[in-house]
Amino acid sequence: MTGGATGGIRFDQVSVAYGGNTVLDRLDLTVEPGEVMALLGPSGSGKTTALRAVAGFVQPASGRVYLGDRDVTGLPPHKRGIGMVVQQYALFPHMRVHDNVAFGLKARKAAKAEIPERVAEALELVGMAAYAERYPRELSGGQQQRVAIARALAIRPGVLLLDEPLSALDARLRSGMLAELARLHRELPDVSILYVTHDQVEALTLADRIAVMDKARLQDCGTPQELYRRPRTEFTASFVGNANLLPVTVADGADTVDFAGRALDVPTGEAAGGATATLCVRPHLVGLGDGPNALSGTIAEVQWRGSTHRLYVDVDGHRVKADLRELRETPALGDTVTLHFAAEDAVLLPAGTAPGTGGGAHA
Amino acid sequence: MPSAPTADVRPGPSGSRSVLERRTGSIDGPRKPVEGPDRGAGDRRIPRFVWALPPVAVLALVFLYPLALVVQQSVSPDEGGTSLAPYGDVFASESFRSALTTTVWLAVGSTAGCLVLGFVLAMVIAFVPFPGGRAVARFIDVFLSFPSFLITLALLFIYGNAGMANGLWTDATGASSGPFDFLTTPWGVLLAEVTYFTPFVMRPLLAAFSQLDTAQLEVASSLGAGPARIVRQVILPDALPALAAGGSLVLVMCLNEFGIVLFTGAKGVTTLPMLVYSKAILESDYPAACVVAVVNIAISVGLYSLYRMVSRRVGA
Repeated sequence: MTGGATGGIRFDQVSVAYGGNTVLDRLDLTVEPGEVMALLGPSGSGKTTALRAVAGFVQPASGRVYLGDRDVTGLPPHKRGIGMVVQQYALFPHMRVHDNVAFGLKARKAAKAEIPERVAEALELVGMAAYAERYPRELSGGQQQRVAIARALAIRPGVLLLDEPLSALDARLRSGMLAELARLHRELPDVSILYVTHDQVEALTLADRIAVMDKARLQDCGTPQELYRRPRTEFTASFVGNANLLPVTVADGADTVDFAGRALDVPTGEAAGGATATLCVRPHLVGLGDGPNALSGTIAEVQWRGSTHRLYVDVDGHRVKADLRELRETPALGDTVTLHFAAEDAVLLPAGTAPGTGGGAHA
Repeated sequence: MPSAPTADVRPGPSGSRSVLERRTGSIDGPRKPVEGPDRGAGDRRIPRFVWALPPVAVLALVFLYPLALVVQQSVSPDEGGTSLAPYGDVFASESFRSALTTTVWLAVGSTAGCLVLGFVLAMVIAFVPFPGGRAVARFIDVFLSFPSFLITLALLFIYGNAGMANGLWTDATGASSGPFDFLTTPWGVLLAEVTYFTPFVMRPLLAAFSQLDTAQLEVASSLGAGPARIVRQVILPDALPALAAGGSLVLVMCLNEFGIVLFTGAKGVTTLPMLVYSKAILESDYPAACVVAVVNIAISVGLYSLYRMVSRRVGA
């Protein structure tokens, strides 16, 4: 292995600041060998800074970065042995595809006889073997990104950094590439992948674990299922899956909360009676009509989304979203409707930032 | 769902039809007023090339005509008549041959110096962030507007016989003259030309570097390339067109440079423009002066054509 880096990344209290402005605040995170970790967050959340700290393009103000068990904090980028793929491909325009892929091998002084074979292997892996003689400008965006991935994999890195690799592609290509990346990961089970994205679908689809970032800090970390079904913070709940967040007060009785004068049956866990909390319910788990935990209100907005209808219902001044299978009869604005949800679909979160932050746009 | 396909198809044809309509409309639209009744018969439109005639005439009068005069003078020896005798005389003369050699090696040397220095400086300004970097880049633009002799004058103040460097030396050692007397040698001219013309190389380079995707440099280094390899394999290939453009410009300008050579006062350094000057003004040998001028023009035009050919081949 010329890659030199063993799998796995560890952030140990890594902080990065630009001119007194902290863009990454004491990040503690471990990516296991062979694991796909998605760094998910809005722009300015510090996720790209974290990736750049691993690559060596930003120097942490404090804390250490480890690749495997090697402390690389002070190491220049070219000595770290990392594969990197960026949003805009960044292929070398004056080199043919095979020279692009061979670049890292030559830079790392791989044996000359070995290079053509390794280039062919890497191009084969991304299905671009037929394009070896082309120049980057002769390729489509998706093809260029495949070459960029082959170029990063040719050096057989222990760690692969993907910085918004699909953002420059159109929606259809994106889902194709997503499946392609998942396949690549199955074929390269030892490579640790740090995948920076603002797209929750990419993160949920691809990642073994997701680290949710906001305001320079790690907010939450867990498997996609954990984060989706049992989010631990309001930010996670709204950013991943755009949940309904309702302010409630925990009642003294067992598993009951008070929401705007209504008693709702939800598991309260260890929350003490009288405490304020946030109730999290996914829009697609909200049903129309009477049922347990009924909430009646007036229709504020109706959106048709093909297979579903999204209703926005005002319940005593709180906006509740419901994703329903396409309705035969669409309710009109101002109609009074009743929504309901099952107790086991609700999660009670500690009250924190105002509900709804970061929502809306991510549905 | 079933309504979706028709909804998708329908905007297509109607959209393209409206484009067609718009296109034909734009062709017919402006033409009609031109052919309108106030213009008389529709066929009396003025051909386009007519509009090009006045500028061409002006150009010919102020530029090509004097040039033709120079060429004519170069084949009109003082004895009268028209012959290529002046060419024979000039080409045979030792002063012309040495001037030609001096001109070419000075120009080539200066250009090489400008390319190396300009590439390094432009790279530092573009890729090494330092306070005032932008001001330096701005100053380079201003520098381009300076007259060339100004640099020579500045160098004279520093390295000339009565300049600062020699003054410091004589003050310190009590010697009658300082150690710096290279300014009147070809090396002095070379230094002045490199100093003056380097910004002409830096300008296109800085423009090229500002277009370079820094992600390329980052990816290259993550792939294991050190700074030297990145410069050689990523930055340099990208900068080649800019280097060619700046270099060829500087080469032609150096070939024709007059002010710098005159102001260094280097008596031993005679370039072709200097030779033209001394033949015409000092010796009143106009045919010979014009011959040298024609040779100078031929070299410039030849180099320019070569540059165009090469750049077209590289660019394609």
